[in-house]
Amino acid sequence: MKTTRLAAASAAALGLLLATGCTTDTPTDDEATSAGESDSGSSSEWFVQADYDEQLAQRDIEPEGDPNTPWLQAISPEWIDTSEFAREGGDATVCFSNASISNPWRVTGWITMQQQVEVLQESGDIGEFRSSDAGDDDDQQISDIQAFVASGDCDAIIISPSTTATLTPAVETACESGVPVIVFDRGVNTDCAVTFIHPIGGYAFGADAAEFLVDNLEPGSTVLALRILPGVDVLEHRWTAAEQIFGDSELEILGDEFTGGDAAEIKNIVTQYLQRGDVDGIWMDAGDGAVAAIEAFEDAGKPYPVMSGEDELSFMRKWDETGMTALAPVYSNFQWRTPIIAATMILAGEEVPAEWILPQDPITEAELADYLERNADMPSLHYAKFGGEDLPGFPDAWRDR
Amino acid sequence: MTRYRDRGAAFGAAALRWIANPTATVFLLLLLIFAGIFALNDSFFAGPSFMAFLKQAAPLMILAAGQYFVIVSGNFDLSVGALVGAQVVIAARLIDGEESRTVPVMLAMVAFGIAVGLVNGIITTVLKVQSFITTLGMLMVLFGAIKLWTGGAPTGALSESFRTAGRLGIENVPVLGQIPWAVLIVIGLGAGAIGLMRTGFGRVLMAAGDNERAATLSGAPVNTVRIAAFVLSGLSATVAGILIGGYAGVSAQVGQGLEFTVITAVVLGGVVLGGGRGTVLAAIAGALAIESLFALFNQMQLPSTLRPTVQGAIIIAAVAYAARRRTRRGAAAKTATATATPS
Repeated sequence: MKTTRLAAASAAALGLLLATGCTTDTPTDDEATSAGESDSGSSSEWFVQADYDEQLAQRDIEPEGDPNTPWLQAISPEWIDTSEFAREGGDATVCFSNASISNPWRVTGWITMQQQVEVLQESGDIGEFRSSDAGDDDDQQISDIQAFVASGDCDAIIISPSTTATLTPAVETACESGVPVIVFDRGVNTDCAVTFIHPIGGYAFGADAAEFLVDNLEPGSTVLALRILPGVDVLEHRWTAAEQIFGDSELEILGDEFTGGDAAEIKNIVTQYLQRGDVDGIWMDAGDGAVAAIEAFEDAGKPYPVMSGEDELSFMRKWDETGMTALAPVYSNFQWRTPIIAATMILAGEEVPAEWILPQDPITEAELADYLERNADMPSLHYAKFGGEDLPGFPDAWRDR
Repeated sequence: MTRYRDRGAAFGAAALRWIANPTATVFLLLLLIFAGIFALNDSFFAGPSFMAFLKQAAPLMILAAGQYFVIVSGNFDLSVGALVGAQVVIAARLIDGEESRTVPVMLAMVAFGIAVGLVNGIITTVLKVQSFITTLGMLMVLFGAIKLWTGGAPTGALSESFRTAGRLGIENVPVLGQIPWAVLIVIGLGAGAIGLMRTGFGRVLMAAGDNERAATLSGAPVNTVRIAAFVLSGLSATVAGILIGGYAGVSAQVGQGLEFTVITAVVLGGVVLGGGRGTVLAAIAGALAIESLFALFNQMQLPSTLRPTVQGAIIIAAVAYAARRRTRRGAAAKTATATATPS
């Protein structure tokens, strides 16, 4: 009797272990970098030295183009001819397969993209704009892309992939249909798309944040790292970059905790660390819930930490209010404008960069007041570098979301 | 130090008293976890930090009490996590930082919680849809409706007074530092829930979960109490939403996955899925045990990737242990009943 029960419990526990082990490829937060890294394993397996070095170097390269329109700038572009896709007559049908709008970063970008579409519809470049939302479901997105291809109506297909490896064949199918394909945000393991648009990447984000903490904390200070969840390449890159930089510093890393981006979870974790001892710095792989982390310090009666968040307004406003020492690394939200503009460029036969790398500059304390002023009407879960101030729908479209 | 030892002794005595009861497992587990935390870091039990811990555990304890009513009457409520999330998002959007809107919006939230509970209850009892499906459907409806309403991510802001219940408390109390409002709310609602289970309502609820047919045949208003249980669950999600929103503010992920945490808490408290067995106090203690397990992992500095696995294994082991005791006692009880009523 006892043995049976024990055996049953062990079997259940084993099943649980297996189930946990099998969870991979969950898409979540924002963005993507270069494709082709390993899919699983410890954080060090996510680290590719060459990509890391390249991204850190790209931060210092002056991008080509007008700094007032960063969504049109490109870092070290290799311009390619697209005359084979040139099309007469305007009113193009542009189709967009979106991974999801499941976080505020994507919601902000999606609004910007729609506003950009409206401008190009007014000018007659784009006729119909079709979009599909896969709700973070790979299978859904594969069938969304197939539906676009099968309809035969799309003059260009824009894809923001849900996950890298799984979506690769679907993107290849789209390329084979002969219409220009534009991939942005997260990447795929094929270069069949005409252009792949993305900001510098996760290593640069994580490194910006980590370097800021190293520069602003005394040697021997303690840092707590708050992460959304494991196993997502784009987030792992941010953390592995930070690990490199922290590893070469005198800072003591108290831990790296997964929060799911849930404010209550973040506040719990930070509160518990503060019960154990002092925390001098907070490193975050994304700004979601950053305010809850700051409040944990307030409620515990501890001095504010030196902190890296993101350009989400709730964090930037709290930063301004408290006068704490902080940095807002940016995963350029304005990249959502670029694919639409790229589509019209390609359909006009103009040259575009094969890999369109957008600038990704963090917001420093010196720029804080300026960005807060520009976004004064915006809701708290809005991203400061959304780059839509010159679009006709501003500010209502983003304010009344 | 003496104070802690006294508290330990009190827990020990309580555990001994409960040892003859299947719901005792959760108190035993709680004691073991607290002992573990104490061994690693006794400052966890210092007034202010223990109060901070209780404040953070409060929403789950309230949800556990609400879920207990539904489970003990033989149903599930999977919609509570989505309801908590919806309530926080609704509050942020409607209040939009205006202090004057706090009370009206809270009343609207209560009405919404009752409405969701009523719909769950009526569909389950009158239309005879299994509660698992009803509330799973409700989870998706709420999740989708909120996405639709907000365009994917929450907007607006909570007012300072809205956040009082979840974040603040009575300040400058000797030894404890702060007595959080959330803790007082848990004590008040917990006492209310225990009292409610001792009324006629509680007995009918228990009977409905234990043997629906027998309860119906004896003329008990089974459907009515089951609907009321769903309404209580909806209300508990509303209060939990007010506390969680107050504690940590708005984020897109509020409430996600809470339904499974709370059902785990209730089961850990010795409440049997399918209904008819368990006490509300043990369900609340189950929630406290889960929260303290998280605290223990934190004190142990367990790698966060390992935590769900260890948590799952401990929960299975604890429930299996309780089930073994129950089977033995159950067998004994059955024989006794059979002898007593030979009809």
